[in-house]
Amino acid sequence: MRKYISVLLAASVSLASSTIMADNNADANDLKDYFIKKFPGVTTDSLVNGAYALDEGLFMQWQDVEDNFPPYEDNLAKGEELYNKPFANGKTFASCFGDDPSAVRVKYPHWDSETQQVVTLEGDINKCLTDNGEKPFKGKKGNLAYVSAYLAYQARGQKINVVVPDDPKAKEAYEMGKQFFYAKRGQLNLSCADCHVYQAGMYVRADLLSPTVGHTTHFPVWRRKWQLADKNEDGFGTLQRRYDGCNKQVRAKPFKNQGEEYRNLEFFHASMSNGLEINGPGYRK
Amino acid sequence: MTKPSQRIAILLSALVLSTGLLSTAAMAADDAVAQGKALAFDRKKGNCLGCHAIEGGELPGNIGPPLIAMKARFPDKKKLYDQIWDATARNPMTAMPPFGKHGALTDKQVELITEYIHTL
Repeated sequence: MRKYISVLLAASVSLASSTIMADNNADANDLKDYFIKKFPGVTTDSLVNGAYALDEGLFMQWQDVEDNFPPYEDNLAKGEELYNKPFANGKTFASCFGDDPSAVRVKYPHWDSETQQVVTLEGDINKCLTDNGEKPFKGKKGNLAYVSAYLAYQARGQKINVVVPDDPKAKEAYEMGKQFFYAKRGQLNLSCADCHVYQAGMYVRADLLSPTVGHTTHFPVWRRKWQLADKNEDGFGTLQRRYDGCNKQVRAKPFKNQGEEYRNLEFFHASMSNGLEINGPGYRK
Repeated sequence: MTKPSQRIAILLSALVLSTGLLSTAAMAADDAVAQGKALAFDRKKGNCLGCHAIEGGELPGNIGPPLIAMKARFPDKKKLYDQIWDATARNPMTAMPPFGKHGALTDKQVELITEYIHTL
């Protein structure tokens, strides 16, 4: 009994203190230091290339695809077309996001003090549609991913800069995302961190596990796996589509698209790439 | 008193019977090992190759140690069973799924996989 009480006490103390701390840049720096020590010769900036940063052979093959025939090009063009297409009311996405499409991606995800929640780029793309009397884009792929990909492409080279403001609710959201990331889940009892922090650089079967620093810079992504999954599939998907895949792989039930759990996770997850360059959309196997 | 020929006949039949029993037991053990191997290699069951190199297995992962010299590492077979059933009992932070505890495998399946892994 005494053991349980001390465990409970320790848990409540650490929760209380971490709620006050919530320093996303300190967390990001800790992880960057960790990976740099774990992977000698790999630079922090190169982590935007995911698993390809860890293996020269894989990197060469991947760069060849990115440079010569990126499979996402056609859908980038579709994203641009959709972004500039007037709504029924004559307005466009620029009425929500401003005149410079290259200045949008870097603002997300962010804490919205008015609604007291984390706002994602994909969430705001759909909000813009519904605010203007249009139907929102469905799901985690297709048009939603194309528009997001276009805005990421426009912002390439800018640095991720997620800010957790000095607001207890914002800090709580960040801590919830962090807790999600480090908590064991699913029948296989694996946390996000198990594969993408502790075991990053190791292989599961033939798949090299990517470090979490640099994960969100290249989203949305075009995945060969997604293209092969369905004959009508073009391979594009949002970050939250990828979260579904991770949950399914550890045999956990995926959470609601753009629901609180995933938005808070995105808030933490994107913070871990603070200071790294946006290089989306990316090609992944 | 039985005749020598009778005694020989009894001895012979006893011999035949016991070898029969022995070979049935050996066949059952071989069968368990074969079933265990199939479960260990099945991606939807044990999927041991996800993380461990095993002789004869293709494209193994390397998160866990190669499965070799298992009798030396686990002289007590029960400890190997326990490790597969719930590796978190020994290390709560382990990346090894608690196959039995979380119902990814039945107790019988864990037993069969243990029989196979212990031969490596």
